[in-house]
Amino acid sequence: MATLNLTRALAADAARAARSGRPRGSLGRELRRNTTAYLFLAGAIICFALFSWYPMIREVIMSFQKSNFAGETSWVGLRNYRHILADPDFWSAWRTTGLFTLFALVLGYAVPFFTAIVINELRHARSYFRLLVYLPVMMPPVAAAFLWRWFYTPDSSGLFNALLHVLHLPGVQWLQSSHALAVLCLVMFSTWINMGGTVLIYLAALQGIPGELYEAAEIDGAGLLRRIWHVTVPQTRLVLSLMLLLQIIGTAQVFMEPYVITGAANNTTSVVYLIYQYAFAYNNYGSASALGVLLLLVLSGFAGGYLWLSRRTGEE
Amino acid sequence: MARTPDTVTRTLVSPAQLARPLGRTAYWSVFWILAVLFALVFLFPLYWMISGGLKSPQEIIRTPPTLVPAAPAAHNYLTAWQDGDLGRLIGNTALYALGALGFQLVFDVAAAYAFSKLRPVFGNLVLFAMLATLMIPTTVIALPEYLTANNLPFLHISLLNTPWAIWLPSVTNAFNIFLLKRFFDSIPTDLLAAAAIDGAGPLRTLWSVVLPISRPILGVVSIFAVVGVWKDFLWPLLVLTDTSAQTVNIGLRQLSSGLPQNVLIAALAIASVPTIVFFLIFQRNIMSGLTAGATKG
Repeated sequence: MATLNLTRALAADAARAARSGRPRGSLGRELRRNTTAYLFLAGAIICFALFSWYPMIREVIMSFQKSNFAGETSWVGLRNYRHILADPDFWSAWRTTGLFTLFALVLGYAVPFFTAIVINELRHARSYFRLLVYLPVMMPPVAAAFLWRWFYTPDSSGLFNALLHVLHLPGVQWLQSSHALAVLCLVMFSTWINMGGTVLIYLAALQGIPGELYEAAEIDGAGLLRRIWHVTVPQTRLVLSLMLLLQIIGTAQVFMEPYVITGAANNTTSVVYLIYQYAFAYNNYGSASALGVLLLLVLSGFAGGYLWLSRRTGEE
Repeated sequence: MARTPDTVTRTLVSPAQLARPLGRTAYWSVFWILAVLFALVFLFPLYWMISGGLKSPQEIIRTPPTLVPAAPAAHNYLTAWQDGDLGRLIGNTALYALGALGFQLVFDVAAAYAFSKLRPVFGNLVLFAMLATLMIPTTVIALPEYLTANNLPFLHISLLNTPWAIWLPSVTNAFNIFLLKRFFDSIPTDLLAAAAIDGAGPLRTLWSVVLPISRPILGVVSIFAVVGVWKDFLWPLLVLTDTSAQTVNIGLRQLSSGLPQNVLIAALAIASVPTIVFFLIFQRNIMSGLTAGATKG
């Protein structure tokens, strides 16, 4: 009975606190209300502490440390950072990641947007298009990656070269010829498997554009392309810029694609792949952490720039 | 009008323009080109995978490849299922995904409810610390996170190769907490006050008042939770090193070197079936849920 009364009192108190916006009450009640709240929060807080907050701090600490096989650590200052900067793989990994991000901006960013615009214009069978574009998203990514690695087979038994063969075009050494082409192949795969989610988000945003804006633009004599540029793009600006940031952050962490499709071949080792190699192939936790901290700084730069820009445009 | 259009709202192209003969021709040409293009880009690769799994070792390396398998070898699929131990991989992944879903529904819902309605001291600070992790790429902290999972502070036990290594870190889904909190914020406080007057404690209020109205957002969060586990690669690669504990993604990668090409393709097809079938059955709910999550979240 006592516990029932207690919880009743707490609930009434919580309700009152929530209504007034600010918690109020005697010290004992306050304490009980907070205890209940923190009991609700306990599971999430413990998980965040163990698997998010503590690893974050540990990452920074480890980047200034060196550990041996016995697990003993010693401080080495900036030596890990100097070590990775001197590693030729470091610059190659950034070049691959940068190129991947750049190609993904052209393909993975523009293609879903225009796909969504066209689907939005269709008056029939729209669910067919939405369904199809989302199918690859549901595949296990590694299964899809192996499928595409098979499509990229250099002789004409591969699907892509077979298609070129049908068109009487010479075959292409997709993954083996040049670094840029290999990265482009990874981006094409990545766009194929990921674009479904983006298209759905853009479709939702497009459906929120008031039709009168298009009508007004048309009366002013704006053609199709000008209507896209002056109505569609500004109206979806918030979603577009957020997706841009998320995509840059996502593609800069590319790992599975080079790991599964190209291996380390053709210098397609990405930054996260290099972190993985430092940590688990060379057991060099210090260098792996230092590279992780650098990647984090670069990505925070993008996020900070985004916040600064969005605040500035918001003030206008 | 023979067919009713999907929508009547005005979009980029005006209805008047579409009604003209020229406009109608242009519309239907674009429609059919796009319909065929979509089938080629998104369906044909799946057909190529399923039919490739039916080819013999000689036929799969034939140049140019055959469009239809000459002598369909259905036993490839049986070999893939047995040699790849695919039943176990799919079962493991389902176990991890459902467990992660359960843990997120309990811990993240409770946390979001506390942030939104119980509002403890420092609640906003804790919420901020959780949301801040959205800015930290998961791949960057994968190594220290792995070391922590391998040797938990104070307890000194290792979670590697146990489901806990997937379940517990999945709770750190700040985006789901954010979505849930946003939704709970929109529930009128008067409703909760009424429940409190009727004598319901916080847990009971959450269970019988808040959760029933939160069904849409719970659906969205569930999809994100399950898909997150199903698609993850780097984390399970680090923490599930035992063949018997691996997920579909990790298991397939390990299999790739040992299986003949045609059997591997069959294995890929089998591995893709569960989620695609699941998606086709629930596509209406998934689509509307995702769209709602995207716009309101």
